[in-house]
Amino acid sequence: MSLFSLFKKKKVPGSTKGEIPDRGILVFDNTSEVIRAETTLKAKGLNIRVMGPPPEIRSGCDLVIEFPLIEELNILRALKEVDVAPLQAVPVNSPLLQPVDLFQTKDFGRYLMVRAANMKLTIDKESQTIVNVSGGGCPDVPYLAQEMVGRVLSDAPDPGEIGHTLCGYALKLAYEEMKQRCLERS
Amino acid sequence: MLGIVGTIPDKNFPLEQGPVRFENDRIKINERWIAVNRGTPALLAAAVKAGEVLGQPLPYSYLVGDIGLGDGSRRLYENLTREFPASDFSTLTFHYLQPDVDWHNKVLFAVEEMKRRPFLIADAGFMYMAKMSGQSEAYGLFTPDAGELAFLADEDAPHPFYTRGFILHEENQMPDLITRAYKHKNAAQYLLVKGCRDHVASKDGVLSVVDSPMNDAMEAMGGTGDTLTGIVSALIASGMETPDAAVMAARINRLAGHYANLTPASRVMEIIAHIPRAMAEIIPH
Repeated sequence: MSLFSLFKKKKVPGSTKGEIPDRGILVFDNTSEVIRAETTLKAKGLNIRVMGPPPEIRSGCDLVIEFPLIEELNILRALKEVDVAPLQAVPVNSPLLQPVDLFQTKDFGRYLMVRAANMKLTIDKESQTIVNVSGGGCPDVPYLAQEMVGRVLSDAPDPGEIGHTLCGYALKLAYEEMKQRCLERS
Repeated sequence: MLGIVGTIPDKNFPLEQGPVRFENDRIKINERWIAVNRGTPALLAAAVKAGEVLGQPLPYSYLVGDIGLGDGSRRLYENLTREFPASDFSTLTFHYLQPDVDWHNKVLFAVEEMKRRPFLIADAGFMYMAKMSGQSEAYGLFTPDAGELAFLADEDAPHPFYTRGFILHEENQMPDLITRAYKHKNAAQYLLVKGCRDHVASKDGVLSVVDSPMNDAMEAMGGTGDTLTGIVSALIASGMETPDAAVMAARINRLAGHYANLTPASRVMEIIAHIPRAMAEIIPH
């Protein structure tokens, strides 16, 4: 394949306007929140920019912040620290897409696995010890597994606190779902 | 020679490149030892083990520490754009890396500058980037699991986290998802889809299904997909045709898991230890 054919323009997944496909947008209630969020995120060295909202977004003010989608968890945590909560965080190419909300569980007898999107969390039902974390492709997955496996669910670090990426976000959902199921069992 | 690019879950691990050994249940690059639990170290350990059986040279790896902030990955990408044009690999496997479309495209440009274009394999974060950038067809093999196949099949999803709910990643949906991924040009030349039943596919549809030995526990274990990608990388680097290598790798990984007598709490090292035995049984002499 030649260099030119390799980079011959192809429609980016979900794109109708040629946006960069790995970016997301944060929607806020008012402009002062946008400014506070921009200041906070830029101070952390994050690659963001303020822009006008796409037409699909029908809520919020006249400005949004574009951000690296993969770092959504990291960015939402930074904003929570300064008490600025966006109304929405969505992919820039397809603002109407929603995070997965389907959980799948698999009962292995002694062990229970919960899957959210591409992430799976498995515990020993008796001791509630996390015995495995699997799936995912972002670099915080091996790190999160390293920190969580072998720990009792109630004492394990929350992937929402120590993860950074969308895979970490998916693991956080699986972790919360698992905690809920354990609560229901007890 | 096989080249492998990935990350280590330690933010202090520096950028290292060189041949990788596997000794005493750990991998070694230059003077650094790395534990093998999952992720790129598991892929490397499996590739070294398989390469030994095949009489192949040690894989050459580019590694950096990254815990999800992307800083290590971006340093590694920058290094690859300088190193690749003068490098020579028959096969290059990209693994756990922070998705960044701009850097993906720069790395792919650097690959195109190599005198001999290597066969490209992408798994994990780099596979996400290949799809997001619209360059899936530049790759020879993707190795998604069932959830990641649904992401490839969803032409709108920028990450598996945003895969639309109506695109179900159930085992019985795999042929349809494979067709949809190829229809939207979001699949590599070949797919090796990891699941309860492993599927090898191309644009012509499902070529082979590998479903034995069956071991449910492997789905819950971290690193079983990494070992599969490591084994198939070694087989392809040895000169085997991709569909044959994919089927054989799936069978080897399953048989190694069978010999390890796995539970959902098992560790991937238990599989890696049995790779030579499984290969001895499956590869024709």
